[in-house]
Amino acid sequence: MSILIDEKTPILVQGITSEKATFHTKEMIEIGTNVVAGVTPGKGGQTCAGVPVFNTVKEAVKATGATTSLAFVAPAYAADAIMESADSGIKLVCSITDGIPAQDMMRVKRYLMRFPKERRTMLVGPNCAGLISPGKAMLGIMPSNIYIRGSVGIISRSGTLGYEAASQMKALGIGCSTSVGIGGDPINGSSFADHLALFEEDPETEAVLMIGEIGGPQEAEAAAWIKDNMSKPVVGFVAGLTAPKGRRMGHAGAIISAVGDSAAEKTEIMRSYGLTVAPSPGDFGSTMAQVLAQHKSRRAAG
Amino acid sequence: MNIHEYQAKELLARFGVAVPPGAVAFNPEQAVYAATQLGGWHWVVKAQIHAGARGKAGGIRLCKTYQEVRQASEELIGRRLVTTQTGPEGQPVQRVYVEIADPFERELYLGFVLDRKTERIRVIASQHGGMEIEEIVKNDSSAVLQVIVEPAVGLQAFQARELAFELGLNIKQVSRAVSTIMGAYRAFRDCDASMLEINPLVVTADDRVLALDAKMSFDDNALFRRPNISALFDAQQQDPREAQAAEHNLNYIGLDGQIGCIVNGAGLAMATMDMIKHAGGSPANFLDVGGGASPDRVATAFRLVLSDSNVKSVLVNIFAGINRCDWVAQGIVQACKQTEINVPLIVRLAGTNVEAGRKIIAESGIAIIGADTLAEAAAKAVAACRNPTATPAKAH
Repeated sequence: MSILIDEKTPILVQGITSEKATFHTKEMIEIGTNVVAGVTPGKGGQTCAGVPVFNTVKEAVKATGATTSLAFVAPAYAADAIMESADSGIKLVCSITDGIPAQDMMRVKRYLMRFPKERRTMLVGPNCAGLISPGKAMLGIMPSNIYIRGSVGIISRSGTLGYEAASQMKALGIGCSTSVGIGGDPINGSSFADHLALFEEDPETEAVLMIGEIGGPQEAEAAAWIKDNMSKPVVGFVAGLTAPKGRRMGHAGAIISAVGDSAAEKTEIMRSYGLTVAPSPGDFGSTMAQVLAQHKSRRAAG
Repeated sequence: MNIHEYQAKELLARFGVAVPPGAVAFNPEQAVYAATQLGGWHWVVKAQIHAGARGKAGGIRLCKTYQEVRQASEELIGRRLVTTQTGPEGQPVQRVYVEIADPFERELYLGFVLDRKTERIRVIASQHGGMEIEEIVKNDSSAVLQVIVEPAVGLQAFQARELAFELGLNIKQVSRAVSTIMGAYRAFRDCDASMLEINPLVVTADDRVLALDAKMSFDDNALFRRPNISALFDAQQQDPREAQAAEHNLNYIGLDGQIGCIVNGAGLAMATMDMIKHAGGSPANFLDVGGGASPDRVATAFRLVLSDSNVKSVLVNIFAGINRCDWVAQGIVQACKQTEINVPLIVRLAGTNVEAGRKIIAESGIAIIGADTLAEAAAKAVAACRNPTATPAKAH
């Protein structure tokens, strides 16, 4: 198994007719992803990348049974596209778009909460590389050849740092069940903890690598969740130990900022909750190899 | 994007926030003229920079005569003001704001932020306005009143009223504070602000509630739909290299190390800097070339990084997904041919079209040190930077 997507998941691509979206849709199809439709308002009836194009997500869902969407839409219209998918019963939307206004994201998150939990849409991103279950399906823009199928789940805020981790693991023969990029925006969709919960339930996943960044409360919240709920080993890392402190305006940020925003603080919080922290971004693969070996010997002994 | 105090006050006034009468001046003559036109007996002359803590740094002067207004403006305009919020290099003062100085009874604090934790707008208020607010809050968290705004309906008047009563205002003052809080909220929402701070919000003896200072920052991602806000941009308040980078859609932050970094993706860029530190070196900058890096953009990145004279070696680390290694390689070659590069250049390419990219570099005849992994690239960059006789990346 894998989490969120596999080779059967019926996928539609919002904004499919733009050059970049068409290119990446073809890449997705090439590795076996079940892309069933595209949506571009005004281009309904056409065919793009070999799939039918519809004017609205509702039409596409009705005609093809798509459950999952890749939203490849410009920043000004991206929030609208995500909400359209949510309203059309799409279960998972991945938004690649970089540069969505923060107040739009605030409204999107609020809008998603309108729906009862059992039919609520999960949002991955925005400003992310997407997700991939190697050997099965891809919902995003990553170079698929750096991933091999295996038993490690990856969750990363940064797209390219997620690639870095996957390629270091591949070099050591360690594969990946699913890799998720949750995006670097201050207000984003699903969190580390959301995906950790799915990996904990996934029988194919043996261990998880989570790669965070400076800023925001998500890494610390996830570390606390791991301590209370997770039986599988987790390797953590927080990028930005050397990041400069930004210039600032006024006192508001300092008044509301809780302790634990910096990379050093988050790393310490991860350690205190029992995560194994990779000593440097060059050690994702080797640290995961050690943790997997320990886990295996513990299980054999146990 | 940040704006100046006087711009924030003009904006807030349009949303019904009461501010003292004032005028901007770009030279001492304008400042004196402004004071004569404003009337009143006392004025404050305030340095306009994109940073706070100006008062303690001497950037705010109380003047009792036109002569004092002239003198304060002469002293402030043209100098760099260093405050606890600017960094050691300070910010240039090119305009001052002249404002009528009226006595007031109380100093309050009012702020609005986009809060990452709740993913909503958070309103913060305190009875203790002024320069010591952070210290006061650190020692006593109950000194801060907070309201979270429900995005579907926006801030409600009762919430503003509750805050106003909790600030200890009388009924006359409460109705004026409610107008201020609601007006500031609408300005925040309608202009896509990311931070708005009125500190202090003062209460006068005749029950007026006035914004004595105002700071606003805006969401860069929303400027496309706020032309009136983006028109307020003041390039002089930005680091020149950062401004140049922004023009080319590059994200650059200068640091004081010796290894120049050119990376795609903010996370990988930070990790590359961390890796350099781990290998015993120090990064000269943060630079994210972003997705879809064209040869031109890569060449601009090189010029930016090399304009820092502390740079002793340059590390390029590209993990291409939406980017393409062959494009990046073309950019590197183009940069090496256009610009004289007198320091060793270490290039690590991975991901989409990596073979084509490596081929372009190998055939270019430029002395580039290749690396396969992040750790190897960082180690080579640190070694090259320590060895002054290392091969510079000159075209042959």
